[in-house]
Amino acid sequence: MADAYIYDAVRTPRGKGKTDGSLHEATALYLATSVLKAVRDRNALDTSLVDDVVLGCVTPVGEQGSDIARIAVINADYAETVAGVQINRFCASGLEATNMAAAQVMAGQSDFAIGGGVESMSRVAMGSDGAAWATDPSIAFKSYFTPQGISADLIATKWGFSRTDVDAFAVESQKRAAAAWADRRFAKSIVPVKDQLGLTLLDRDEHMRAETSMQSLASLNASFATLGESMGFDGVALQRYPEVERIDHVHHAGNSSGIVDGAAAILIGTKEAGEKAGLKPRARIRAFGSIGSEPSIMLTGPEKVTRKVLARAGMTPGDIDLYELNEAFASVVLLYMQLLEIPHDKINVNGGAIAMGHPLGATGAMILGTLLDEMERRDLETGLATLCVGAGMGTATIIERL
Amino acid sequence: MQNIRSETADAGIVTLIWDMPDRSMNVLSESSLPEFAEAVDKAIADPAVKGVIVTSGKKDFIAGADLSMLEGETAAAGRSADRTEVAKRIYDQLMAVNLLLRRIEKAGKPFVAAINGTALGGGFEICLACHYRIVADDPRIQLGLPEAKVGVMPGAGGTQRLPRLIGVMAAAPLMLEGRTLGPQEALGANIVHKVVPAASLLDAAKAYIAGGGKAVQPWDEKGFKLPGGGPFTPGGSQIFIGGNAMLHARTFGNYPAQQAILSAVFEGVQVPIDAGLRIEARYMTSVMLDPVARNMIRSLFINMQRANKLATRPAGYPPAKLAKIGILGAGMMGAGIAHVSAAAGLDVVLIDRSQADADKGKAHSAGLLDKQVARGRMDAAKRESLLARIVPTTDYALLADADLVIEAVFEDRAIKADVTHRAEAVLPAHAVFGSNTSTLPITGLAEASKDASKFIGVHFFSPVDRMQLVEIIRGKATSDATLATAMDFVQRIKKTPIVVNDSRGFYTSRVFGTYTREGILMLAEGVGPALIENVGKMTGMPMAPLALADEVALDLIYKIGKQTQKDLGDAYRAGPLDGLIETLVVEMGRLGKKAGKGFYEYPADGKKRLWPGLADLVPRAAEQPEPDELRTRFLYVQALETARCYEENVVTDPADADIGAILGWGFAPWTGGPLSLIDTVGAAEFVRECDRLAQKYGERFTPNALLRRMAETGETFYGKKAAKAA
Repeated sequence: MADAYIYDAVRTPRGKGKTDGSLHEATALYLATSVLKAVRDRNALDTSLVDDVVLGCVTPVGEQGSDIARIAVINADYAETVAGVQINRFCASGLEATNMAAAQVMAGQSDFAIGGGVESMSRVAMGSDGAAWATDPSIAFKSYFTPQGISADLIATKWGFSRTDVDAFAVESQKRAAAAWADRRFAKSIVPVKDQLGLTLLDRDEHMRAETSMQSLASLNASFATLGESMGFDGVALQRYPEVERIDHVHHAGNSSGIVDGAAAILIGTKEAGEKAGLKPRARIRAFGSIGSEPSIMLTGPEKVTRKVLARAGMTPGDIDLYELNEAFASVVLLYMQLLEIPHDKINVNGGAIAMGHPLGATGAMILGTLLDEMERRDLETGLATLCVGAGMGTATIIERL
Repeated sequence: MQNIRSETADAGIVTLIWDMPDRSMNVLSESSLPEFAEAVDKAIADPAVKGVIVTSGKKDFIAGADLSMLEGETAAAGRSADRTEVAKRIYDQLMAVNLLLRRIEKAGKPFVAAINGTALGGGFEICLACHYRIVADDPRIQLGLPEAKVGVMPGAGGTQRLPRLIGVMAAAPLMLEGRTLGPQEALGANIVHKVVPAASLLDAAKAYIAGGGKAVQPWDEKGFKLPGGGPFTPGGSQIFIGGNAMLHARTFGNYPAQQAILSAVFEGVQVPIDAGLRIEARYMTSVMLDPVARNMIRSLFINMQRANKLATRPAGYPPAKLAKIGILGAGMMGAGIAHVSAAAGLDVVLIDRSQADADKGKAHSAGLLDKQVARGRMDAAKRESLLARIVPTTDYALLADADLVIEAVFEDRAIKADVTHRAEAVLPAHAVFGSNTSTLPITGLAEASKDASKFIGVHFFSPVDRMQLVEIIRGKATSDATLATAMDFVQRIKKTPIVVNDSRGFYTSRVFGTYTREGILMLAEGVGPALIENVGKMTGMPMAPLALADEVALDLIYKIGKQTQKDLGDAYRAGPLDGLIETLVVEMGRLGKKAGKGFYEYPADGKKRLWPGLADLVPRAAEQPEPDELRTRFLYVQALETARCYEENVVTDPADADIGAILGWGFAPWTGGPLSLIDTVGAAEFVRECDRLAQKYGERFTPNALLRRMAETGETFYGKKAAKAA
């Protein structure tokens, strides 16, 4: 089996996912095209060497419909021989796409493949693609469908994370993100988005609020209380988890991932392909995988997939020098840290999606790039990136520097 | 043709009149449906017929499907070894009706429903298939699809036509709740086209046809769009996402019919109506094959009707004269009994120790009536006349012309004996004496009476104005005549009677107590209280057991326990429950809801919460049981006790046992009742499971001899009445 190496990782900054967001005027196709162009231009890459482009996109309707990866490949003026495919593993899509690209390379069937993702949440609303899970009574009943915010609140309740705990985590994420930006720690990966005139639309993550404090968060109402208490979702969740008396609703916009626009791409290839192209590999993909977990509480997958992937790599949690776990909700990360006994100074050290946002299809590739950048900055050897996923899943990737 | 009359009026208008002989109401049955089909097809085929009016020759239009027929079908399904074969037969029968109604819709000539009376279920579904619906303007008329209330679903196109008519958002709740509407409401909801005075109903129907009224349904017109949008439009998806959750949270998945309604709507509105009708028929068939439907129809409809009609009333006694009743004790129960009696037109003498207490009892009635007037459900004049019937007093002499007396004083033998003497000193010879006691055996109380043959238990449930059940208890000497009078009284006040024989706890209190006790026993074993409470609710009980114990009051449970200990002497076996209750009540003063603290805390400004101190009182077991195990314990401990009551002749009719359980303490209605549950599980399986539970949790789960015999012979409670041991 061949080894798969990461040669480059790029990402757009994340625009606010609203009509006044800085990337609202950039189509999803434009964002995807821009990161593909960046990969080519930064590496002087002969794109005919690329076999396939795998992009995550979680709401593939409207302008994000059909196979946006292939369309973006054409739009980015890649060689005609480059294929493209869109995939959807919900929030982990960007990492899953990267894993799929790596798998092609490791299986010896591709020399270069790009994995990444794109999501314009300001232009294509989350959930606008429909789907059976919540709507079709037969599966909604059978799987005790619960919206993810309630799942996050259930995790907080079951494991005893208070409103103070989750808010404190959020404050820290904002602090770290602000410090990282101030220190230019993302400079290697960020590709500013410019319009067709070459004028900058956005060059930094604009969702951040550095001034966030415990007081400012305390004034926010719990977002999912009404959904849970008046629309029956708490009742459904407690049928699945009857050992819980009532759900303590602690999450709100300030301690959950932000809704944003963005795209990312990671160039993966064999050793030989890289050498021939004059590229220096930055890290090796050591192991990756996905698992299914209980769909109703939904967000407990990361710890399980981490153990699975570590076992495959013959490693233990302590062998990992640095972690990135997507901050879908604060309780998700608090739980992960508790179950795997990971100190907070080893995970999300430059902040996370609470501060910077979570462009659904792209985030997985973004946090892998963020992880690699920081591993290089600190000269660390091993890193693990993982995300919780809708309908109860988890995806993880272990990389090691050379 | 017996059931449908066909009259041809002027100029090619045929009127089909439903009028089934030997029945007070028209129903869709094995005899009426084929006749209707024949008459419809004849009218469609005849070129001289311009239009058809469908109406009824009875006070009501059509009341729905013949539920006995449905019950027979579901029973057959339960007995049959070949599920697919039975399913096909039921499906084909449903489709035959669907195809008939589609022939009506596509006939090319107008069909008008002249709705002269109540049209429910299949009766209303026939109306929905007509091109025009006119209702008589009579507020007593009820229209709708109430099938969910008896565990089935609309099976003649209602789930497909109603949403196509008024959108999913309006249609779904009507079907899920089984809500019925009056004529004006129905007009406002757009499910009928016109409301006219009853006398002009047929003329209005004729005018529609003569005036060239449309003969095409909205969903058969080109370009038809579902009002409000389907499940994958922005508005539509929210209805289902929210609707699923609310239904799931409310019913805990115990009621397959309601889930099936939602699925039939969800899937059916996405395809053309003919496909939608097949989808509905599949779901309806599945529902009918599910024992829940059969059990609910039998207990909640058929047997409930039997009980309300006093099917077991002793024969040969003329209807009791009931003009005036006396009530001894104007507390909550006495006041409630006074209220429902006055509401039924009876004169009431409400007696208490002081005039102030008696007046307070009457004020309770006034309060209830004020609420009704405020809600527009009653006018002030009616309120006045009702209240005027209640005479609060301290004077027993006013009982001189009472036909029936109900004693509702404290649960104290001495006090009860005293008021019995005082009343009997004045009562006329024919008067029956009833006691509302919930725990003291009737035969013992009857010793204070001059004539034990006229003494009977009449056990009401709180709150009296809302609880449907009355548990009538025969003492050893109670006569048939007295029983007949008591049953007549219960019927008069529009409640449902069950008849049980005298014993400790009678039937309802005895069995209901096992539920709360089981919850407390689980707590004593170290099961987490949240798990206990949630599973209690998920089982379909109206309240969780520890919350219920708090409502009943822990000091009452303690007292009853102590009394039982005294009464049984050496035979009494103390258990973990005793210590726990004693600590809570005696040491900690945690008496329950009334004291603001029990198993729960009751903060003044918020919802109740389980007392965190419970974890210190009883250490949490390291391994917690599966929810299903607790569910089985809750259901089976009650069913077992019911089987014991049946064996001991405390309750002698399985229907009384089941109805008494559902109405008396809300025993999981989806089961049809505790004995229906045992029949559904099968005695053999039930006994096997109980033996396992007895091993693990204690001998209260040991099956009785009756059940063991039924397990061997394959008898059921309902199949042929299970014969008692020789």
